Amino acid sequence: MAVFRVEIHPRNPADDPSGAALMNEIHQLGISGVEQVRTARLFLIQGTIDSTDALSTLQVQRIADELLADPVTEKAVLGTADSHDGKVVEVHLKPGVMDPVAASTEMAIADLLGSPRNSARLPAQVRTGRQYILRGSLDEKAAAELADRLLANDSIEEIHFAPFCPAQFPAGREYEFKRIEAPICNLSADELARLSRRGHLFLDTAEMQAIQDYFRRQGREPTDVELETLAQTWSEHCVHKTLKARIRFTHHPAQTGNCGHEHHAPGDHAETIDNLVKSTIFRATSELNLDWTLSVFKDNAGVIALDDRHAVCMKVETHNRPSAIEPYGGAATGIGGCIRDVIGTGGGAKPFAATDIFCFADPQTPLDKVPAGVIHPRRTAQRVVAGVRDYGNRMGIPTVNGAVYFDQRYIGNPLVFCGAVGILPRHLAAKGAAKPGDRIILVGGRTGRDGIHGATFSSDVITDKHGDEFSHAVQIGNAITEKKMLDVILQARDMPEGPLFNAITDCGAGGLSSAIGEMGEKTGAVVELDRAPLKYQGLTYAEIWISEAQERMILAVDPAKVPALLNLAAMEDVEAVDIGEFDGLGRLTLHYQGHTVADLDMAFVHDGLPRPTRTAVWQEPVLADPVLPPLQDYAAVLESLFAMPSLAAKHWIIRQYDHEVQGATVIKPLVGPQQDGPSDAAVLRPVPDSSRGVALAVGCQPLFGDIDPYQMALNGLDEALRNVVCVGGDPALTAVLDNFCWPKCSDPMHLGALVRACQACYDGAMAFRTPFISGKDSLSNEFITDTGRRICIPYTLLISAISIVPDIRRCITMDAKAAGNHLIIVGNTARELGGSFYWHSRGHTGRSVPKVDLASAPGVHAAVAALISRGLVASAHDLSEGGLAVAVTEMLFAGRLGATVDLAAVPCTEDADSDEVLLFAESATRYILEVTPEHFDAVVKSLRGHRFGLLGQITAKPHLVIRSAHAGFLMDEPVERFRLAWMSPLNW
Amino acid sequence: MGAAEKGLDMASSKVSVLIPRTAGTNCDRELAWAFEQAGAAVSTVHINRLMDNPGELDHHQILALAGGFSYGDDIASGKIFANQLIHHLKRPLEQWVADGKLIIGICNGFQILVKAGLLPGPMPQLPSGDLFTGTLTHNSHARFEDRWVRLQSYSGVCKWIAPGKTVRLPIAHGEGRFMVRSAGILDALKHNDQIVLRYVDTAGNPAAQFPENPNGSTDAIAGICDVTGRVFGLMPHPERFTETYLGPDWTRNRSESTADGSELFANAVHFVRQSGTVLVASNDAAATAAAAG
Repeated sequence: MAVFRVEIHPRNPADDPSGAALMNEIHQLGISGVEQVRTARLFLIQGTIDSTDALSTLQVQRIADELLADPVTEKAVLGTADSHDGKVVEVHLKPGVMDPVAASTEMAIADLLGSPRNSARLPAQVRTGRQYILRGSLDEKAAAELADRLLANDSIEEIHFAPFCPAQFPAGREYEFKRIEAPICNLSADELARLSRRGHLFLDTAEMQAIQDYFRRQGREPTDVELETLAQTWSEHCVHKTLKARIRFTHHPAQTGNCGHEHHAPGDHAETIDNLVKSTIFRATSELNLDWTLSVFKDNAGVIALDDRHAVCMKVETHNRPSAIEPYGGAATGIGGCIRDVIGTGGGAKPFAATDIFCFADPQTPLDKVPAGVIHPRRTAQRVVAGVRDYGNRMGIPTVNGAVYFDQRYIGNPLVFCGAVGILPRHLAAKGAAKPGDRIILVGGRTGRDGIHGATFSSDVITDKHGDEFSHAVQIGNAITEKKMLDVILQARDMPEGPLFNAITDCGAGGLSSAIGEMGEKTGAVVELDRAPLKYQGLTYAEIWISEAQERMILAVDPAKVPALLNLAAMEDVEAVDIGEFDGLGRLTLHYQGHTVADLDMAFVHDGLPRPTRTAVWQEPVLADPVLPPLQDYAAVLESLFAMPSLAAKHWIIRQYDHEVQGATVIKPLVGPQQDGPSDAAVLRPVPDSSRGVALAVGCQPLFGDIDPYQMALNGLDEALRNVVCVGGDPALTAVLDNFCWPKCSDPMHLGALVRACQACYDGAMAFRTPFISGKDSLSNEFITDTGRRICIPYTLLISAISIVPDIRRCITMDAKAAGNHLIIVGNTARELGGSFYWHSRGHTGRSVPKVDLASAPGVHAAVAALISRGLVASAHDLSEGGLAVAVTEMLFAGRLGATVDLAAVPCTEDADSDEVLLFAESATRYILEVTPEHFDAVVKSLRGHRFGLLGQITAKPHLVIRSAHAGFLMDEPVERFRLAWMSPLNW
Repeated sequence: MGAAEKGLDMASSKVSVLIPRTAGTNCDRELAWAFEQAGAAVSTVHINRLMDNPGELDHHQILALAGGFSYGDDIASGKIFANQLIHHLKRPLEQWVADGKLIIGICNGFQILVKAGLLPGPMPQLPSGDLFTGTLTHNSHARFEDRWVRLQSYSGVCKWIAPGKTVRLPIAHGEGRFMVRSAGILDALKHNDQIVLRYVDTAGNPAAQFPENPNGSTDAIAGICDVTGRVFGLMPHPERFTETYLGPDWTRNRSESTADGSELFANAVHFVRQSGTVLVASNDAAATAAAAG
């Protein structure tokens, strides 16, 4: 049972794209001493246990030549290549870490060696690795540092500095059952708190005491798995304790007046909010009571109507913690989990689009300014993008919309938001319910030790040691397993005689524990844990129950339909196993090999969580607007804005995503004649023989949150709405989703900011009539450095909008279309440079944050949408980061055209008539429309009653010419200058 | 089924397309839709069923390998799917080609055809059995790339697209760089008129540089066929541009109706209809041979 080692090298060492790409990264990070990197792929192959069919060297040579090495570009070496004229670094996965390539290779070897198909035993076991030969002047220590920073992630991989080939593969240790109790009945409050921390339960003392009381009443001690079950179910991640808490809120107002239309007008008063999310976000949806919202806040995703026959659903998740520790795996499983949420919505949905929004620290951060325990932000960004790319592309789901924001405060807590959108038959929109007697069918991937404690770990502050302590919380995904599972679920849903399952949900945070716990809330459940298929032996019953291994879903299946379902799964090489019953007894009972290891009252699991009252305070910060010397060179400022990473082109990211798979992407993320203009939103047409579409966009304004979280939230909502309107979305058929990422809300100030943002969500949703349909929060985004410094992320509220496009043939894009067309600006500009990128670029925040006028804004969105739906607008673009100057320039360079612009025509408040304000203020609810001379009169007529002005005209000469009443002439610059400044910063 | 019945079948029923799918196939639905719009009937069948019952192939005239990430593209793109074809369906596929039927592989499908030895396929210049002369490997810039490209068609033998056409189609791949084993292979491909599509610049010249040549392919090759012209593979996705509203810049030219991808599917369906008798004769011969064997 020797282990064979196969190295796969490029046949031509000079033609090694991955080596060259790595070399580029080494340069970009400022690491010196490396002249060249060579790469090789490694396969370790071991015959299976039975010595009679041990592999021969000849067979391995055949495997290497025919299967592993490309016949044109690569060569295989058995053993170890002779001379290594450089430092050898090898990266191998730690035992037990998901290795999809190895699993596929084992199957292919069986085909190659002529093993019978469908044989349970494969002839070989495989492990994979990567080899890097670093040539140059670097010493051992430098090579180790480089490996640590760029080549490997020690939470899942091990590094070897010599060719690695073990004598044999580690065999899993067999697990011997032992029922473990966790005595708590006699512990003091302090001891309970210590147990919570030591056991990674992350429950507070009151919660631990509630559990203690329960078991005292039962007259027994809990088992380990009972305690784990309660910790999972009661985690912030799963139950959103903060958003549902009773809150004593005090608002200390600012001295100046506020926007008159604010429903939640601040006063110097205190109030008690019984349930924050219910009294703001849910309340708006419920009060709006729109007939096209079909299922909201009840299911894995929110569901709205597309047409009479179809519904669409959307979910946006955060996966911040796993992405901080292992950006590739964290981001991949983030999108994977969100896709499963969509698959498990209603009676089962087919995902047809994905979105991604990231927040990172500056990718140019010098190496020595990156705190200990933190991955360099450029590396984080690259690996996060790769994770989303590899999962979304492999699943065949187009990633069509997103955004990236940069702020140094995200350095220890990068944010990764993943969205997924699905389509399902309208009559299956409601969440299914498990019926008493239904079998519990576990479908998809196998259970391993990966991802244990993910739910609880994501519910606390991160420290520089988290990478070591919680590496087991890292999950690695396998998109193909999920794709296969999706293929089975859709077929099971669409059976001619009706769906094969009554209810479906995914195993996300908390694994089987939360999936079965939630689905069985009304019925109770009994689970035979030893029936769950395992990736390797040795898992305890508790580990099986709480593992967050990916690509698994739970179906509730009528016993009569179980054989059909299991057969269907087997036909597609998908594992499906009956692991228990929703038995109707109202208890959660877990068995392992005939022993009862948990027996909890389902009502206590779901309703036993104590609701403490929390304190929230919002003290408006004392800020002032800066006084800056008058601007001389407007073109230079505009160029510098385009070069800021938050504003710069994201094409390097966008093009790594397949944004057109499924053949439904009508408006793509990159538009214009050269397909490099930044589209405001994407539009998909999920039903091929229909002209109805779905527009997707986001709004997010973290910089405004430093001044006023209330206006930050309103601006985010307004921005998301502007974006969908710009492509042809109907604002009257637009729903929104909220994702709050906040610093730890045990700090009353942070909780106060959250209350203000939630209040804005209510006020905005009511005014715009945009119901919230789904949300998810992540409320402990702080990092404590090795020197004890506490870094809190900016208040970050992502608003995602999903909007019905009545007729995709009426869609438009933001690129300027033709010389001679008119440019019209719609909406009012105020003296609002607070939180703007213009001031930010000069080192200031200011105080005058843009305020959304909820009285006039809904009418402006409706008017613009009406013009677009009538076919009167050639292009439209929203004004956001960088204001008017950035918006108009983007339209021009996207269309390879120029324009003459006159600032005197910009409608504004009296105090706003300076060129800086008119060009760079980020006032809300503003659009630029391009209108042909033919439609000009009709447009002007329709806009009566709204603030608008004739901004200028499109010219064939691709220059931006700006005049103003104050200065007369501000600039005459080729738009190409700005395009180049915009394209290059993130052109990695 | 006798030859006469089969002939009747051909005349009265639709051209039948078989799309095999497996774990990670993900462009099968839009590919089916593209063929259906061209008037064909489509069956999408899991490769497991096909390996269980290769006789299923007899019911179809066009085999279409869709894009995606079959088996995750683990080891290399298309490799494991190709390995299955080689070890479980080699003979039926050789017979398929001998019968005069059509095969198209798009993106991952092209990678599968190349790695299974079906493209460039047997060449008169090479000893028989020397099949693995080309490959599709990692893009030069080592990233996945989604981009619309300009292409020109060159081959007079390919049944899927006539020479001299300029089309725009999207690519979306990480391993689309076409390479050959030697300069001699490239010469043979040219000589046999097997180079069907090249990436071209705006002037219509084969493109050497990124982004016009998006992956660094040798001789800007985007698609090739076998010596018969019936087996065709290409990296760009014609099934993603079968109507105006799927184009990259249709909002700029609203009066124009373009769908550069549709023509390939229409050509294939037309070819099968036209060559129905050939097919029947060939099927007949095969049936006779099988009966004799």
